[in-house]
Amino acid sequence: MDLDVRRAPDPVLSTPCAEADPHDPAVMALAQAMVALMRSSPGCVGIAAPQVGHPVAMFVLDVTGARRVESCAGLVVLCSPELISAEGRDVRREGCLSVPDLTGDVPRATAVMVRGLVPGTGEERVVEANAFEARAFQHEMDHLQGLLFLDRVAGAHALFPRKRYL
Amino acid sequence: MTTYAVTAVGPDAPGEVAALAEALASLGANLEDASMTRLRGHFAMTLVAAADVPLAAVEQALAAFSRDSGLHVSVWDVDADAPPSPAGSPWRITLHGADRPGIVAGVTRALAQAAANITDLSCRLVGDLYVMTIEVEAPGPLDLSDVAASLGVSVHVAPVDEDVL
Repeated sequence: MDLDVRRAPDPVLSTPCAEADPHDPAVMALAQAMVALMRSSPGCVGIAAPQVGHPVAMFVLDVTGARRVESCAGLVVLCSPELISAEGRDVRREGCLSVPDLTGDVPRATAVMVRGLVPGTGEERVVEANAFEARAFQHEMDHLQGLLFLDRVAGAHALFPRKRYL
Repeated sequence: MTTYAVTAVGPDAPGEVAALAEALASLGANLEDASMTRLRGHFAMTLVAAADVPLAAVEQALAAFSRDSGLHVSVWDVDADAPPSPAGSPWRITLHGADRPGIVAGVTRALAQAAANITDLSCRLVGDLYVMTIEVEAPGPLDLSDVAASLGVSVHVAPVDEDVL
Protein backbone atom coordinates (compact mmCIF):
# COMPACT_ATOMS: atom_id res chain seq x y z
CA MET A 1 0.00 0.00 0.00
CA ASP A 2 1.52 3.33 -1.06
CA LEU A 3 0.86 6.16 1.35
CA ASP A 4 1.34 9.87 0.79
CA VAL A 5 1.63 12.30 3.68
CA ARG A 6 -1.18 14.83 3.39
CA ARG A 7 -0.39 18.43 4.17
CA ALA A 8 -2.63 21.20 5.47
CA PRO A 9 -4.94 22.58 4.12
CA ASP A 10 -5.99 19.11 2.93
CA PRO A 11 -9.55 18.79 4.34
CA VAL A 12 -8.92 15.22 5.51
CA LEU A 13 -6.76 16.73 8.26
CA SER A 14 -9.68 18.77 9.57
CA THR A 15 -12.25 15.96 9.54
CA PRO A 16 -13.09 13.99 12.69
CA CYS A 17 -12.34 10.32 12.04
CA ALA A 18 -14.75 7.40 11.95
CA GLU A 19 -14.23 4.54 14.41
CA ALA A 20 -11.61 2.02 13.25
CA ASP A 21 -12.59 -1.67 13.38
CA PRO A 22 -9.45 -3.49 14.58
CA HIS A 23 -10.59 -6.72 12.87
CA ASP A 24 -11.11 -5.09 9.45
CA PRO A 25 -8.38 -6.39 7.09
CA ALA A 26 -8.21 -2.96 5.46
CA VAL A 27 -7.50 -1.36 8.84
CA MET A 28 -4.84 -4.01 9.59
CA ALA A 29 -3.17 -3.42 6.22
CA LEU A 30 -3.28 0.34 6.73
CA ALA A 31 -1.66 -0.06 10.16
CA GLN A 32 1.18 -2.08 8.66
CA ALA A 33 1.73 0.47 5.91
CA MET A 34 1.71 3.35 8.42
CA VAL A 35 4.31 1.62 10.58
CA ALA A 36 6.47 1.06 7.50
CA LEU A 37 6.12 4.72 6.52
CA MET A 38 6.98 5.87 10.06
CA ARG A 39 10.04 3.62 10.11
CA SER A 40 11.26 4.89 6.75
CA SER A 41 10.74 8.60 7.53
CA PRO A 42 13.73 10.11 9.35
CA GLY A 43 12.81 11.61 12.71
CA CYS A 44 9.19 10.46 12.46
CA VAL A 45 7.78 9.20 15.78
CA GLY A 46 4.11 8.89 14.88
CA ILE A 47 1.54 8.98 12.12
CA ALA A 48 -2.23 9.24 12.38
CA ALA A 49 -4.39 7.70 9.67
CA PRO A 50 -5.79 11.03 8.39
CA GLN A 51 -2.22 12.16 7.73
CA VAL A 52 -2.10 9.52 5.02
CA GLY A 53 -5.57 10.32 3.73
CA HIS A 54 -7.64 7.79 5.70
CA PRO A 55 -10.17 9.38 8.08
CA VAL A 56 -10.28 6.43 10.47
CA ALA A 57 -9.40 6.63 14.16
CA MET A 58 -6.05 4.89 14.25
CA PHE A 59 -2.47 5.97 14.84
CA VAL A 60 0.97 4.43 15.07
CA LEU A 61 3.61 5.78 17.42
CA ASP A 62 7.11 4.84 18.52
CA VAL A 63 9.38 7.28 20.35
CA THR A 64 12.25 4.82 20.74
CA GLY A 65 15.51 6.68 20.28
CA ALA A 66 13.96 10.16 20.18
CA ARG A 67 15.39 13.01 22.28
CA ARG A 68 13.77 14.00 25.59
CA VAL A 69 12.18 10.57 26.01
CA GLU A 70 11.29 9.43 29.52
CA SER A 71 8.54 6.83 29.16
CA CYS A 72 8.86 4.62 26.10
CA ALA A 73 6.26 1.98 25.29
CA GLY A 74 7.96 1.02 22.03
CA LEU A 75 5.66 0.55 19.07
CA VAL A 76 2.06 1.48 19.86
CA VAL A 77 -0.68 0.98 17.27
CA LEU A 78 -4.18 1.78 18.49
CA CYS A 79 -7.63 1.90 16.99
CA SER A 80 -10.30 4.21 18.40
CA PRO A 81 -8.09 5.43 21.26
CA GLU A 82 -9.47 7.24 24.29
CA LEU A 83 -7.69 9.54 26.70
CA ILE A 84 -8.38 8.12 30.16
CA SER A 85 -6.42 10.66 32.16
CA ALA A 86 -4.19 13.67 31.61
CA GLU A 87 -2.14 15.52 34.19
CA GLY A 88 0.30 18.41 34.31
CA ARG A 89 0.86 21.12 31.75
CA ASP A 90 3.87 22.11 29.72
CA VAL A 91 4.22 24.46 26.76
CA ARG A 92 6.73 23.36 24.14
CA ARG A 93 7.37 24.09 20.50
CA GLU A 94 5.82 21.46 18.31
CA GLY A 95 5.92 20.60 14.63
CA CYS A 96 4.09 18.17 12.37
CA LEU A 97 4.79 16.28 9.15
CA SER A 98 1.52 17.63 7.79
CA VAL A 99 2.46 21.27 8.48
CA PRO A 100 6.10 21.26 7.40
CA ASP A 101 6.69 25.01 7.26
CA LEU A 102 5.44 26.06 10.71
CA THR A 103 6.00 25.27 14.35
CA GLY A 104 4.00 26.47 17.32
CA ASP A 105 4.15 26.69 21.10
CA VAL A 106 1.53 24.23 22.28
CA PRO A 107 0.38 23.46 25.83
CA ARG A 108 -0.04 19.75 26.52
CA ALA A 109 -0.50 17.51 29.52
CA THR A 110 2.79 16.06 30.73
CA ALA A 111 1.41 12.63 31.67
CA VAL A 112 -1.42 10.71 30.03
CA MET A 113 -3.10 7.32 30.11
CA VAL A 114 -4.48 6.14 26.79
CA ARG A 115 -6.68 3.15 26.00
CA GLY A 116 -7.34 1.69 22.55
CA LEU A 117 -7.74 -1.50 20.56
CA VAL A 118 -4.89 -3.34 18.87
CA PRO A 119 -5.43 -3.99 15.15
CA GLY A 120 -5.64 -7.69 14.36
CA THR A 121 -6.41 -9.08 17.81
CA GLY A 122 -8.82 -6.35 18.89
CA GLU A 123 -7.32 -6.58 22.38
CA GLU A 124 -7.56 -3.56 24.61
CA ARG A 125 -4.23 -1.93 25.35
CA VAL A 126 -3.65 0.71 27.99
CA VAL A 127 -0.49 2.82 27.84
CA GLU A 128 0.79 5.31 30.41
CA ALA A 129 3.16 7.93 29.04
CA ASN A 130 4.93 11.09 30.13
CA ALA A 131 7.16 13.83 28.72
CA PHE A 132 7.80 13.53 24.97
CA GLU A 133 5.76 10.35 24.57
CA ALA A 134 2.76 11.93 26.32
CA ARG A 135 2.97 14.91 23.95
CA ALA A 136 3.20 12.56 20.98
CA PHE A 137 0.08 10.67 22.07
CA GLN A 138 -1.90 13.89 22.43
CA HIS A 139 -0.68 15.15 19.06
CA GLU A 140 -1.66 11.94 17.25
CA MET A 141 -5.02 11.70 19.03
CA ASP A 142 -5.78 15.30 18.05
CA HIS A 143 -5.37 14.27 14.41
CA LEU A 144 -8.18 11.74 14.91
CA GLN A 145 -10.48 14.57 15.97
CA GLY A 146 -9.53 16.66 12.96
CA LEU A 147 -7.29 18.93 15.02
CA LEU A 148 -3.78 20.10 14.16
CA PHE A 149 -1.30 21.70 16.56
CA LEU A 150 -2.33 24.92 14.79
CA ASP A 151 -5.65 24.61 16.64
CA ARG A 152 -3.90 24.58 20.01
CA VAL A 153 -1.16 27.22 19.83
CA ALA A 154 -0.63 29.18 23.01
CA GLY A 155 -1.34 32.65 21.63
CA ALA A 156 -1.42 35.03 18.69
CA HIS A 157 2.38 35.19 18.65
CA ALA A 158 3.02 31.49 19.26
CA LEU A 159 3.29 30.39 15.65
CA PHE A 160 6.63 30.49 13.85
CA PRO A 161 8.14 29.78 10.48
CA ARG A 162 9.95 26.46 10.73
CA LYS A 163 13.62 27.15 11.38
CA ARG A 164 16.00 25.97 8.72
CA TYR A 165 18.96 24.28 10.28
CA LEU A 166 22.36 24.56 8.64
CA MET B 1 1.96 40.53 -8.63
CA THR B 2 3.82 42.98 -6.39
CA THR B 3 4.65 42.42 -2.74
CA TYR B 4 3.99 45.39 -0.48
CA ALA B 5 4.94 46.00 3.12
CA VAL B 6 2.43 47.98 5.15
CA THR B 7 2.79 49.47 8.62
CA ALA B 8 0.09 51.23 10.56
CA VAL B 9 0.48 52.60 14.06
CA GLY B 10 -1.80 54.75 16.17
CA PRO B 11 -4.61 54.92 18.68
CA ASP B 12 -6.12 51.57 19.54
CA ALA B 13 -9.79 51.01 18.77
CA PRO B 14 -11.99 48.08 17.76
CA GLY B 15 -12.39 47.56 14.01
CA GLU B 16 -9.00 48.84 12.87
CA VAL B 17 -7.72 45.49 11.63
CA ALA B 18 -11.00 44.86 9.83
CA ALA B 19 -10.84 48.28 8.18
CA LEU B 20 -7.25 47.81 7.01
CA ALA B 21 -7.92 44.25 5.80
CA GLU B 22 -11.03 45.41 3.93
CA ALA B 23 -9.07 48.24 2.28
CA LEU B 24 -6.52 45.68 1.05
CA ALA B 25 -9.18 43.15 0.05
CA SER B 26 -10.94 45.84 -2.01
CA LEU B 27 -7.77 45.99 -4.13
CA GLY B 28 -7.72 42.21 -4.55
CA ALA B 29 -4.61 42.16 -2.36
CA ASN B 30 -3.75 38.97 -0.53
CA LEU B 31 -2.69 39.66 3.06
CA GLU B 32 0.14 37.19 3.61
CA ASP B 33 2.24 37.43 6.80
CA ALA B 34 1.22 39.87 9.53
CA SER B 35 2.20 40.72 13.07
CA MET B 36 -0.01 43.06 15.07
CA THR B 37 0.06 43.97 18.70
CA ARG B 38 -0.70 46.67 21.23
CA LEU B 39 2.36 48.67 22.28
CA ARG B 40 1.75 50.80 25.38
CA GLY B 41 -1.82 51.39 24.30
CA HIS B 42 -1.01 52.14 20.67
CA PHE B 43 -1.90 49.56 18.06
CA ALA B 44 0.87 48.54 15.66
CA MET B 45 0.26 46.55 12.51
CA THR B 46 2.98 45.24 10.24
CA LEU B 47 2.10 43.12 7.28
CA VAL B 48 3.12 41.94 3.86
CA ALA B 49 0.52 41.72 1.12
CA ALA B 50 0.65 40.79 -2.55
CA ALA B 51 -1.41 42.75 -5.05
CA ASP B 52 -1.71 43.12 -8.77
CA VAL B 53 -2.12 46.89 -8.57
CA PRO B 54 0.40 49.76 -8.66
CA LEU B 55 1.80 51.32 -5.50
CA ALA B 56 -0.27 54.48 -6.07
CA ALA B 57 -3.50 52.48 -5.87
CA VAL B 58 -2.46 50.90 -2.57
CA GLU B 59 -1.42 54.29 -1.20
CA GLN B 60 -4.77 55.77 -2.19
CA ALA B 61 -6.76 53.00 -0.52
CA LEU B 62 -4.66 53.20 2.63
CA ALA B 63 -4.84 57.00 2.75
CA ALA B 64 -8.60 56.69 3.17
CA PHE B 65 -8.05 54.11 5.93
CA SER B 66 -5.53 56.41 7.64
CA ARG B 67 -7.94 59.38 7.51
CA ASP B 68 -10.78 57.35 8.97
CA SER B 69 -8.77 55.55 11.66
CA GLY B 70 -6.21 58.17 12.67
CA LEU B 71 -3.41 55.61 12.25
CA HIS B 72 -0.11 56.54 10.61
CA VAL B 73 0.25 54.32 7.58
CA SER B 74 3.21 53.54 5.34
CA VAL B 75 3.36 51.28 2.32
CA TRP B 76 6.20 50.39 0.01
CA ASP B 77 7.22 47.80 -2.57
CA VAL B 78 9.50 45.11 -1.08
CA ASP B 79 9.93 42.90 -4.13
CA ALA B 80 13.58 43.90 -4.45
CA ASP B 81 14.50 42.77 -0.92
CA ALA B 82 16.73 39.72 -0.87
CA PRO B 83 15.23 36.78 1.01
CA PRO B 84 16.87 36.14 4.40
CA SER B 85 19.49 33.44 4.43
CA PRO B 86 19.54 31.01 7.35
CA ALA B 87 22.05 32.06 9.99
CA GLY B 88 22.18 28.89 12.08
CA SER B 89 20.04 27.19 14.64
CA PRO B 90 17.29 28.85 16.72
CA TRP B 91 17.86 30.24 20.21
CA ARG B 92 15.61 32.08 22.62
CA ILE B 93 16.97 34.88 24.79
CA THR B 94 15.01 36.12 27.78
CA LEU B 95 16.05 39.22 29.68
CA HIS B 96 14.70 41.09 32.66
CA GLY B 97 16.01 43.80 34.90
CA ALA B 98 15.72 47.38 36.06
CA ASP B 99 14.88 49.72 33.23
CA ARG B 100 17.62 51.96 31.88
CA PRO B 101 18.45 53.40 28.47
CA GLY B 102 20.50 51.17 26.19
CA ILE B 103 19.38 47.68 27.15
CA VAL B 104 18.04 46.81 23.70
CA ALA B 105 20.98 48.49 22.00
CA GLY B 106 23.54 46.69 24.14
CA VAL B 107 22.04 43.24 23.83
CA THR B 108 21.25 43.40 20.15
CA ARG B 109 24.73 44.77 19.35
CA ALA B 110 26.21 41.80 21.19
CA LEU B 111 23.97 39.50 19.17
CA ALA B 112 25.01 41.16 15.94
CA GLN B 113 28.68 40.72 16.88
CA ALA B 114 27.95 37.01 17.35
CA ALA B 115 26.44 36.89 13.83
CA ALA B 116 23.04 36.10 15.32
CA ASN B 117 20.07 37.15 13.20
CA ILE B 118 16.98 38.28 15.15
CA THR B 119 13.80 36.62 13.91
CA ASP B 120 11.42 37.82 16.63
CA LEU B 121 11.66 40.35 19.44
CA SER B 122 9.32 41.84 21.97
CA CYS B 123 9.95 44.22 24.86
CA ARG B 124 7.68 45.32 27.69
CA LEU B 125 8.25 48.04 30.25
CA VAL B 126 6.10 47.70 33.36
CA GLY B 127 6.93 50.12 36.14
CA ASP B 128 10.71 50.01 36.32
CA LEU B 129 10.89 46.38 35.18
CA TYR B 130 12.16 45.86 31.65
CA VAL B 131 11.46 42.49 30.02
CA MET B 132 12.62 41.32 26.62
CA THR B 133 12.21 38.10 24.66
CA ILE B 134 14.23 37.56 21.52
CA GLU B 135 14.49 34.67 19.10
CA VAL B 136 17.53 34.47 16.90
CA GLU B 137 19.21 32.21 14.42
CA ALA B 138 22.81 31.89 15.47
CA PRO B 139 25.75 29.90 14.15
CA GLY B 140 26.62 28.60 17.62
CA PRO B 141 26.02 28.98 21.35
CA LEU B 142 25.69 32.57 22.55
CA ASP B 143 27.43 34.03 25.56
CA LEU B 144 25.73 37.24 26.67
CA SER B 145 27.11 37.24 30.21
CA ASP B 146 29.37 40.25 29.65
CA VAL B 147 26.66 42.47 28.23
CA ALA B 148 24.22 41.28 30.91
CA ALA B 149 26.71 42.20 33.64
CA SER B 150 27.43 45.60 32.12
CA LEU B 151 23.69 46.40 31.89
CA GLY B 152 22.87 44.90 35.30
CA VAL B 153 20.16 42.64 33.88
CA SER B 154 19.47 38.90 33.97
CA VAL B 155 19.82 37.15 30.63
CA HIS B 156 19.11 33.53 29.81
CA VAL B 157 19.90 31.86 26.51
CA ALA B 158 18.40 28.51 25.55
CA PRO B 159 18.14 26.56 22.33
CA VAL B 160 14.65 26.45 20.86
CA ASP B 161 13.89 22.80 21.03
CA GLU B 162 11.23 21.51 18.68
CA ASP B 163 9.24 18.33 19.14
CA VAL B 164 8.50 17.15 15.62
CA LEU B 165 5.60 14.72 15.84
